Amino acid sequence: MDLTYTPQQQAFREEVRAWLEAHVPAQPLEHYDATREGFEAHRAWEKTLQSGDWGMVTWPKEYGGRGLDLIQWLIFEEEYARAGAPGRVGQNGIFLLGPTLIEFGSHEQKQRFLPPMASGEEIWAQAWSEPQAGSDLAGVRATCAADGDDYILNGHKIWSSRAVFADWAFGLFRTPGTERHKGMSLIFFPLTAPGVTVNPIRKINGHVGFAEIFLEDVRVPAFNRLGDEGQGWHICMATAGFERGLMLRSPARYQVAAAKLADLWQTRRETADPMLEADVIRAHMNAEAYALSIYQTASRLMAGARIGPEASTNKIFWSEMDIHLHQTALSILGTEAELIPPPGGHDWLDDYIFSLAGPIYAGSNEIQRNIIAERMLGLPR
Amino acid sequence: MDFTLNEEQLMFAETARTLFADSCTPDHWRRMMEAGTARDDARWASIVETGLTLVLLPESAGGIGLTETDFALITQEAGYVALPEPLVESAGVAAPMLAALAPDHVVLSDPLATIAIAHPANPYIANADSAAAILLERDGEAYLATPDQVTLTAQASIDPFRRLFSIEWNVENATPLGKADWDLALDRAALFNAAMGLGLAQRAVDLAVDYAKERQQFGKPIGSYQAVKHHLASAQVAIEFAKPVVAAAAAEIGHRDVQSRARISHAKLVALEAADKAARTSIQVHGAMGYSWEVDVHLFLKRALALTQTWGTPAYHRARIAARLFTQPMGPDQTFARESDNA
Repeated sequence: MDLTYTPQQQAFREEVRAWLEAHVPAQPLEHYDATREGFEAHRAWEKTLQSGDWGMVTWPKEYGGRGLDLIQWLIFEEEYARAGAPGRVGQNGIFLLGPTLIEFGSHEQKQRFLPPMASGEEIWAQAWSEPQAGSDLAGVRATCAADGDDYILNGHKIWSSRAVFADWAFGLFRTPGTERHKGMSLIFFPLTAPGVTVNPIRKINGHVGFAEIFLEDVRVPAFNRLGDEGQGWHICMATAGFERGLMLRSPARYQVAAAKLADLWQTRRETADPMLEADVIRAHMNAEAYALSIYQTASRLMAGARIGPEASTNKIFWSEMDIHLHQTALSILGTEAELIPPPGGHDWLDDYIFSLAGPIYAGSNEIQRNIIAERMLGLPR
Repeated sequence: MDFTLNEEQLMFAETARTLFADSCTPDHWRRMMEAGTARDDARWASIVETGLTLVLLPESAGGIGLTETDFALITQEAGYVALPEPLVESAGVAAPMLAALAPDHVVLSDPLATIAIAHPANPYIANADSAAAILLERDGEAYLATPDQVTLTAQASIDPFRRLFSIEWNVENATPLGKADWDLALDRAALFNAAMGLGLAQRAVDLAVDYAKERQQFGKPIGSYQAVKHHLASAQVAIEFAKPVVAAAAAEIGHRDVQSRARISHAKLVALEAADKAARTSIQVHGAMGYSWEVDVHLFLKRALALTQTWGTPAYHRARIAARLFTQPMGPDQTFARESDNA
């Protein structure tokens, strides 16, 4: 147990900080889910980031990364959040598919897909859910029929974040005639392929951040299948571990938000409800507990452990913490909370609305509680 | 940066777990409750023999000079069995304080002796009657007295194994030991009670899980119903996010700065909140059985209730966190920052 950074880790932090200070755009970019321009501005930022080799620092060098360890990853994320750098438009690819590809992909697949993913040249969306397969993901009906060296994809996917403007999607399909968990495969398809129709869906914040995707006889090479045919469910569960766990939701953003909340409280405490101070302190405690937990998990993973059901406890914790933190901010803002645009240009309202998605996506918190009860505690199904 | 425990630490915790599992079952408590005792001499002797009481004592005082991390792991195991004996107060707080003031003191040479502590944070002293000596405070100075040199008035606690006393004493009847580190004593007590809270919490969940697997209603085990599952999952989440805080608090206690104090306070708050949540959940999952004296959960609830308020109330500990939050730089690069770096 040694909770101090090594001189090398400190030097790494300085290096990240200096690069970000020199490169992070001075003006915030338009949101990537709001307009094509906003999306492309974020893509341009991803290219800038990768020009400094910062696109995905934990990936092996040969696939566009730096081969860094998880502690360095956390330091990078801390500095990234601290610098107020743009949100990662490629997050579904870099944080979810990327690690899954590294674990299950062939060398040729990694070579083909990872470098353009790290540079933002190809931005990915996830195509798992269907109108009849949400929490019950094993109910997926979209099919992949083998045809020579190709697959013919058919089906209807929904709630695909970023799919409106993204280039590629990784989808869950089943071999015709199979049922439930068996017979599923994870297959990549270009969102511009013939037979693909993408219809934007407006979110409660008015953005078109997610979409439904119709696939009609979409032909893709078998090369686009990750892992073996029929291994899709197993691979998806690994991806979901990344999604719920430390990759997608690194702690730094909550610590930035908790620090901002403490500042907001200090400027408003004279007029705000004094009861809210306990919530401000609680928001800080939550963010810090989450950070400590992730450092502990990272240390364990570096010592050879594998991520387990703690991905589910993480997901519940960060999603509930995020809502509590932003609700506290809105309570401090009081009658100003509802105003658009917000006076002074704060993000509390937008981020609050976004936080409400947390308990739903990446497997609803109800499903996560089932997983904890069954796999951690051993309760019967 | 390495947030893992080493083999020796895990082994020591395992030793404590085995010892407590064998010697401190609900049957053992119930016999003690019937007899009205708060100390099982045979069990205490085996705790002493195993070296658990020597962990924090320096070698100069006959101890083994390990760290708060090691002792916190042991107290977590003590929480898992709701250990009646005052392991935290005596071996975790009072004995190390006495050893720092008077390493050759005769009380330390009796391995079976327990030492009580009258800390200014607590109006009542736990297990003072059975102690060989009591550490007392006046104007920051420490004094030592035997129970018969002071006047103890019993104050019954809902936790039958916390025998509380208010105390009256005269400086003339006590041995002066000089200026003592009462802040360190409070930090240690808060930390170890936090670790104990983790154990209390996990046991409460485990008892409920065992029951929910067995108890059938509507033709199925109640643990197969989502309403029951989700209660228990929520309690487990609270435990999982208290654990790393307790571990970090133990590792950082030696820094003695605003950050280490805030971390200890954070640990105490969330670990005992988890214990309270888990105990109440466990009672609910047990249904009417959970409200009966016969089912063991209530002792965990009562211990959590007591430990939540002792060694600094929640308000006290929240204020120590606020002191860090509102006076130090904050943000994602500050998780492991120190006051001296920010000065």
